[in-house]
Amino acid sequence: MTTATVQPHPQPAEPPAAPRRIDYLNVAFGVRSWLLTTDHKRIAILYLVVITLMFFIGGAFATLIRLELVTPKGDLVEADTYNKLFTMHGIVMIFFFLIPSIPAVFGNFFVPMMIGAKDLAFPKINLLSWYIFVIAAVFTVWALAAGGVDTGWTFYTPYSSRSAHTYVAATIIGVFFSGFSSILTGLNFVVTIHRMRAPGMTWFKMPLFIWSMYATSIIQLLGTPVVAIALLLVAIERVTGVGIFDPKLGGDPVLFQHLFWFYSHPAVYIMILPAMGVVSELVTTFSRKPIFGYKAVAFSSIGIAVIGFLVWGHHMFVSGQSIYAGLIFSMLSFLVAVPSAIKVFNWTATLYKGSIDYKTPFLYAVYFLALFTIGGLTGLVLAATATDVHIHDTYFVIAHFHYIMVGGAIMGYMGAMHYWWPKMTGRMYPDWIANLAALIIFVGFNLTFFPQFLLGYQGMNRRYWEYAPEFQVLNVMSSAGASILAVGYLMPLVYFLWSLRYGKRAPANPWGATGLEWATASPPPPDNFAETPVVTLPPYVYNPEEAAVVR
Amino acid sequence: MATQTHAHVTPTRTYLLIWAALIALTLLTVLLSSVPLGEWHTPVGLLIAVTKATLIVLFFMHAMGGSRLVWMVIATSILFLAIMYGITFSDYATRNLDASVRDPARPTAPAAPGR
Amino acid sequence: MSVEHVTPGPPPGIPTAPPAPHAATVGESFATPLAHHFRDFGQQHEAGTLGMWLFLATEVLFFGGVLTAYEIYHYLYPQAFEAGSQRLYTSIGAVHTLGLLGSSLTMALAVRAAQAGQGRRILQLFLALTMALGLAFLVLKGVEYYLDYREHLVPNLDFHPEGWPAGVNQRPAQIFFSFYFVLTAIHATHMVIGLGLMALVLVLAGRGRYTPDNYTAVDCLGLYWHFVDIVWVFLLPLLYLIR
Repeated sequence: MTTATVQPHPQPAEPPAAPRRIDYLNVAFGVRSWLLTTDHKRIAILYLVVITLMFFIGGAFATLIRLELVTPKGDLVEADTYNKLFTMHGIVMIFFFLIPSIPAVFGNFFVPMMIGAKDLAFPKINLLSWYIFVIAAVFTVWALAAGGVDTGWTFYTPYSSRSAHTYVAATIIGVFFSGFSSILTGLNFVVTIHRMRAPGMTWFKMPLFIWSMYATSIIQLLGTPVVAIALLLVAIERVTGVGIFDPKLGGDPVLFQHLFWFYSHPAVYIMILPAMGVVSELVTTFSRKPIFGYKAVAFSSIGIAVIGFLVWGHHMFVSGQSIYAGLIFSMLSFLVAVPSAIKVFNWTATLYKGSIDYKTPFLYAVYFLALFTIGGLTGLVLAATATDVHIHDTYFVIAHFHYIMVGGAIMGYMGAMHYWWPKMTGRMYPDWIANLAALIIFVGFNLTFFPQFLLGYQGMNRRYWEYAPEFQVLNVMSSAGASILAVGYLMPLVYFLWSLRYGKRAPANPWGATGLEWATASPPPPDNFAETPVVTLPPYVYNPEEAAVVR
Repeated sequence: MATQTHAHVTPTRTYLLIWAALIALTLLTVLLSSVPLGEWHTPVGLLIAVTKATLIVLFFMHAMGGSRLVWMVIATSILFLAIMYGITFSDYATRNLDASVRDPARPTAPAAPGR
Repeated sequence: MSVEHVTPGPPPGIPTAPPAPHAATVGESFATPLAHHFRDFGQQHEAGTLGMWLFLATEVLFFGGVLTAYEIYHYLYPQAFEAGSQRLYTSIGAVHTLGLLGSSLTMALAVRAAQAGQGRRILQLFLALTMALGLAFLVLKGVEYYLDYREHLVPNLDFHPEGWPAGVNQRPAQIFFSFYFVLTAIHATHMVIGLGLMALVLVLAGRGRYTPDNYTAVDCLGLYWHFVDIVWVFLLPLLYLIR
């Protein structure tokens, strides 16, 4: 056999590169065009960068916590340092990751688009809210680095107001400012949703994501000021020495707890409602079916927001609060589970007989359904005063809220990332690695937090740097799970960044979804739509021809 | 559907009348504070304050003739303030209700002034 | 949902006309009376005032929080609070109230001037009067604070009020005075911010920026100022008139 030398064929000339379509990313370049932007889409990306950084900072604290808890003795860090670790983990994750996460990134990006508007009502205030957030984050991280805070993210008095020798006031200032950012974002959304919907977009034609962003914004507006004043009073007491919560003068530390939890309980709904809104979008898109019970899901968002303001005392059952108030809070806490349950039933019913498309966002939606249900049910165990006395301040509580915050809210956040990434960046990520990361996250999460239910029920205290030796096996499992979870969270960082350069270019509607945001290019043009859309059909109509016949 | 900025301009006379009423109510509330009213001082003072606030909201802030949405915002903020105060207060009002049951020697919490 | 008239943007590869001027930087839109994302002035005005009302709702909860704490302590320590309240300068409190109500009147007239197109000088006059009354309030507050200090009513700063009624615990009275200073200081801070914004609006009014079509900023400032007045209307009986 002869081996012919192959002459390279002359390649046909490449077609001239097509002129690039103008979108919000390439309409202008340079640092100034980003730092002085008023485009809601760019501001969303700015938020994305900062909160991702804060997530990994909070995760670093979690890593140290789980490392310490591998052994029963306190041998990695000092007790005081451990107090700082769990405090700072909570502060960073709650105020600087979870609360902004979905609203500041996906709310900012998609609320105007989903209702057919060109921007939010107050674009400059939107940019201001980002700057306030960044200043708050820098301030807080500085306080943490300078020496940290050890009061718990709950800042209970009188320790926080009188005795703590850590950077309480500085951290409070950081948290106070982050609250301002939250208020401005919520304000922007409420005005936008009320006043800037496209022609034909009535309230009941809005996607459910908008309903949940609306409910979230109401909570942000009404609740945040109260924690602001509560923390401000603590800071004033620290700085001036006047005794507002000082028992020696007749002050009542429980009063601080009332003011603090009046916000901080609704705050957990700020963290979960947006994720629920995302799940409504994912469940419909990836089963190609309209949502089961649109109005029930829409109104249940409002119901959660309102009833959520009535239950704060369930954090205070053992604080010395009146037993009668405790009973009322307990009953109301059972009541607030109802709208959440309605949502879970309706999402499940939506999946039933749907045409399921097992893409990555869908995986996260399913994980949400399973894990949020577990978290929610364990919340009922805590809501009953009798059982709460046994498990308050144990790892049962920690497991419960991590199932909701991580198993629920962060799964929703990851689902949103994977769902809207093509729209936001114009790039697809590789399916296989995204699915693998999702699975790793799911396995890692459950291995980390399920043992903590058992630990808590058996009596392991939270916020303690050492524990009884019989708890070690479950703690080691939990820490092992945490390492797997960490890997799972690092993977998206890699493939998302990779996709920016090498990912397939995304079409306008890669998932075959309904919704105005899919009717425009990926990435969208600076003004979102070439012409203001006019809306005629309800949301989640996958077969418009059928819908037309029915009507 | 173009919307107009609200066309109704409140007459200056209305503003002056409202202002006069506010001044009168202020003088009234200060005067009443030196009159022995017993436990009615706080409710009366608050009632006058609420009246003044209502006048300011209705006329100076143009809530009278304002949109339904503005009314909803006002109502919601008052409602949630009432919730925050009411439920917190119910804790303090009921804290020692069962004290006499648990320990007959201890009296229930004094709701009336005496401490 | 289905949309009829939306054009999603041409497929890649097809050249497009350059985009309409888009306020990608802050500087441009500041000079434009009608922002690019609003349909008309009416929508812009409605959005602006709704936004301010929502912000005031947050302020209701903000002041409401500290007032809740204050009233709880009032309920727990009625005698100490009454004794403390008696020591405040009621006459100064009354003058404060009268002055602030006057500034609300001038502010309402300023908004009216802008709305009715009475010209920039009238608008500036009313704004200036409002500022004058506001500044007078703050000066008087400073004097009052000084007098309180002289009477040893400042907690943690040589606190020992004279002529205290026998049998009334002085310790909760410190809580009373702490709240008095905190409440009035937070209120005064809100006034300072309001005056700062008012100065800005005064300058812009001089440049003819506010027309009957576009006076939203004045309207919103008015709403804020009236709210600050309402807070004081409640502070008067709650702080000064406990009997």
